[in-house]
Amino acid sequence: MEQLKMESYRTDKTLEEHGEAEGLIKEIHGVHPMDYLLRTERLPHIWCPGCGLGTAMTCLLNALVKAELDLDKVCVVSGIGCTGRVPGYVRLDSFHTTHGRAIPFATGLKLANPELQVVVISGDGDLVTIGGNHFIHAARRNMDITVICVNNFNYGMTGGQAGATTPIGGYTTTTPYGNYEYPFNVSALAAASGAVYVARWTVLHARRLERSIVEALLKPGFSLVEVISPCPTGFGRRHRQREGIDTLRYYREHGVIRHGTDPRETDIALGGAIIEGKFVDIEKPTFLEQHARMLEHIAGK
Amino acid sequence: MSEAEARGILSGVFFMQGDIACAEGAICAGCRFFAGYPITPATEVAQRMSERLPTVGGIYIQMEDELASMNAVLGASWAGVKAMTATSGPGFSLMMENLGLGVMMETPCVLVNVQRGGPSTGLPTLVGQGDMMQARWGSHGDYSIIALAPSSPQELFDLTIHAFNLSELYRLPVLVMTDAEVGHMTEKVVIPPAEEIEIVERRKPTVPPEEYLPYRPEPGELVPPMAIAGQGYRFHTTGLTHDERGYPSTADDSAQWPLVQRLIDKIEKNRAKIIRVEYDHLDDAEVAVVSYGISARTAVWPIQMAREEGIKVGLLRLVTVWPFPDEQIYELAGHVRGIVVPEINMGQIVREVQRSAAGRVPVFSVPHPGGGIHNPHKVLQAIRQAAGRKLEE
Repeated sequence: MEQLKMESYRTDKTLEEHGEAEGLIKEIHGVHPMDYLLRTERLPHIWCPGCGLGTAMTCLLNALVKAELDLDKVCVVSGIGCTGRVPGYVRLDSFHTTHGRAIPFATGLKLANPELQVVVISGDGDLVTIGGNHFIHAARRNMDITVICVNNFNYGMTGGQAGATTPIGGYTTTTPYGNYEYPFNVSALAAASGAVYVARWTVLHARRLERSIVEALLKPGFSLVEVISPCPTGFGRRHRQREGIDTLRYYREHGVIRHGTDPRETDIALGGAIIEGKFVDIEKPTFLEQHARMLEHIAGK
Repeated sequence: MSEAEARGILSGVFFMQGDIACAEGAICAGCRFFAGYPITPATEVAQRMSERLPTVGGIYIQMEDELASMNAVLGASWAGVKAMTATSGPGFSLMMENLGLGVMMETPCVLVNVQRGGPSTGLPTLVGQGDMMQARWGSHGDYSIIALAPSSPQELFDLTIHAFNLSELYRLPVLVMTDAEVGHMTEKVVIPPAEEIEIVERRKPTVPPEEYLPYRPEPGELVPPMAIAGQGYRFHTTGLTHDERGYPSTADDSAQWPLVQRLIDKIEKNRAKIIRVEYDHLDDAEVAVVSYGISARTAVWPIQMAREEGIKVGLLRLVTVWPFPDEQIYELAGHVRGIVVPEINMGQIVREVQRSAAGRVPVFSVPHPGGGIHNPHKVLQAIRQAAGRKLEE
């Protein structure tokens, strides 16, 4: 009977079907303490078993609560991809924009109403491949937004293709003989472009990740948290990590916490160390502070 | 402080460039956010906004490209601020992606295209009207759009305000399809007193957040009230096909049908309210010139010359190009024996005129690939041809 009900779930449902699913959710898992921050009527989510996105999203929600933000003022913005679906599950003002364009959309939101706390959460393909130009320019401007980049080294939603973060030698559906393009280091890219806060954690280090997101949320200016996350379906199974748990074991074996490391020395190679920690935490006037200075200047004229 | 000062309105009579008039129109309409990228011949709009917006409590930002510009405009609109961008052909192409997002999320904003010659980089400093079909069909998928075609700096001022009003009323990006000649032309522009400028504000939800469905129009309406970010509505919006809650619904066509149909209906069922055309000397006309933007002005002299030759000819000027004034053209086609359509492209709007005329009269295209305005003699020749006169050698 329970089995039958589970089968009635679909990743996308009509309005009527949603209502039915809502009843099922309560029956199956009761009431969860985070439910008030989730669009529970949209559950279950579309992510594969073993995916790291559930952990990443939970860390974000916990961080929003711990940072004691006015949740009515929080906007969650994404582009396209598996991570891009996060805004659809959080019960906050949420925007699922076009591929790569979350950051400029977020820029418009923040500048039009600086009272908003604007968080971008999207994948590596979205933020630093198709959206790479927006990423570096928002960092350069020290735009007052928090960016969470969930990096799984491949395009999960479209079926495991290579992207700008795929390590050399990585097998994907479009690098069947191994990737031979040099990848971007997301954290180093942000730091080099002007980000005032840069941290990287794997989803195995969930508490540290959560703490970093709190810091990033409270940091004025452009902050980046890179989340290294398993994609068993697209990436893991081609790298002897059949299930999500295999990738978490890999993180335990290869993760090296080293705060303050020069981001240029944190490249991620297949089989190499994954350097984690807080790499950048500096003070620099933000875009809006710079803008306010300009206004003072013209008022004084 | 007077109302005009408070709203940043420079009431008075000016000798003003079209692009500048466009920026002033935006300020009058209440635009307080501009995101753009420099491109000839639209740059002066951005320059003027960069100077004016900081003085009226607005934000100007130069983005890294036109993809970003259009998205920043959408973001600003969702934060509750009237927002605009201005560009020309190559930038217009880049904006198509997120014009579609604006249509899908039903986001009020204004996109100005000061058209130049194309395709590609084309003629950066010279006039064109080759983006008229792109304005209608440029972003993928099916939707309806509103596009206006000013033909003078004054009208660039007036129609920019009107574009903002329409965008708020119908919740979509509205296109101001001007051209390099009008944008760079300097003429008399009257900015009226603040109280004479009609401004339409966005309709806000009247229900509390727990009852609010972002994409459910009120009974009998086609445009849903719009919540803005940061006010506790905790809404979701997406470029995916969505149901009335804004939630993705992509497994079948059950949400696609009502959504796409409503996106089209909210414009097409309000055609009578949206469409504006201008009639000149058409009461007794045997020939009509149908044109828009700078080309409608080029047609004035050949119309006078033809009248002096005894050809009864008048002008129907399209102020609204999209939705296309089908009914007005059909009716016109019942009164005249020929229609002449000069435009600075190789024949775009003439197709719509032919379609709307429905075979009632012959329709003559007067094309131009861009780079200059029409030679008025060519338009005159076409008028003579439409009137059935023998052509001069």
